[in-house]
Amino acid sequence: MYKIGMIGDWDSVVGFMALGFSVFEVSDADQARTVLHDLVKSEEYAVIYIVEDLAARMEDELAKYKGLPLPAITTMPGIRGSTGYGMTHIRTAVERAVGADILFKE
Amino acid sequence: MAQLKVNPTRMELKKIQGRYQTARKGHKLLKDKRDELMRQFLEVVREDKVLRERVEAALSHVYGSFSVAGAVSDPQMLKEALMCPKKDCSIDVSHKNVMSVIVPVFHVAVSENGADACNYGLAFTSGELDAAVSELSGIQEDLIRMAELEKSAQLLAEEIERTRRRVNALEYIMMPSYLETIKAIKMKLDENERGNTTRLMKVKDMMVQAQIQQRRQEDDDSEET
Repeated sequence: MYKIGMIGDWDSVVGFMALGFSVFEVSDADQARTVLHDLVKSEEYAVIYIVEDLAARMEDELAKYKGLPLPAITTMPGIRGSTGYGMTHIRTAVERAVGADILFKE
Repeated sequence: MAQLKVNPTRMELKKIQGRYQTARKGHKLLKDKRDELMRQFLEVVREDKVLRERVEAALSHVYGSFSVAGAVSDPQMLKEALMCPKKDCSIDVSHKNVMSVIVPVFHVAVSENGADACNYGLAFTSGELDAAVSELSGIQEDLIRMAELEKSAQLLAEEIERTRRRVNALEYIMMPSYLETIKAIKMKLDENERGNTTRLMKVKDMMVQAQIQQRRQEDDDSEET
């Protein structure tokens, strides 16, 4: 059985405690890097959510774990609202695989 | 295109023809694999896009509710209320094989230690908090599914890129170079064959010439005697 982790600022992550997620409050990207590294290393987490604005500042760290089958590291909007980072990410994946953005073109 | 550096012999020709056939079969298979992966990938991404839009919309609403809950009650109280959840959410992971890419499949297991979903006493918390928490519970499944789909999309995208590189390498580098080498060896062998025939013809000519010369010599000798 794996756990679900949630990394972000306090206001964004507080609610997820109620769902039974393991919540890690961080104040900056450096701290988030350390926490993420520890969580991945522990191999106890199948899913780790990271608040978008933090994820945007630690892309290099996220790229390291892309090839691993677990954990699934996913970004989600924080309390300040969606920055569109998650969508951009999907778009980049489509562009990489297909060679052109064929899904998001309006 | 680069031609392989091999000796122009029949044996090499046969070997390279065999390799060319293998490359052609491999190319066809990989191309099929790429197309199927692409189809699966697009399916995943389409679902993920819809899900993400829904989750983002729901989350902004949930954050609003939490802000209201935080405003009407003491933040410390809010923290205390949520700190020790009754629910314990864990994930069971199984794996699915999509065209030899192993993608995870998540099954959520929520264990609730109590009859109600609320994990705090109702006396000191506001009704807004209840609403926010129940809203959040509503999108929990979507959140997990989204994580699963995004991971699958990532892994599939990588595999597609790799397969595409292989297909292109076979199509534009390996196969043309084999074809060119086969052509070059064939030409060289034909050239040798022609050289041989010409040489034989030349030798035959020389032999005939010598015979004529000899015959003439003999005729001249008999006339003299």
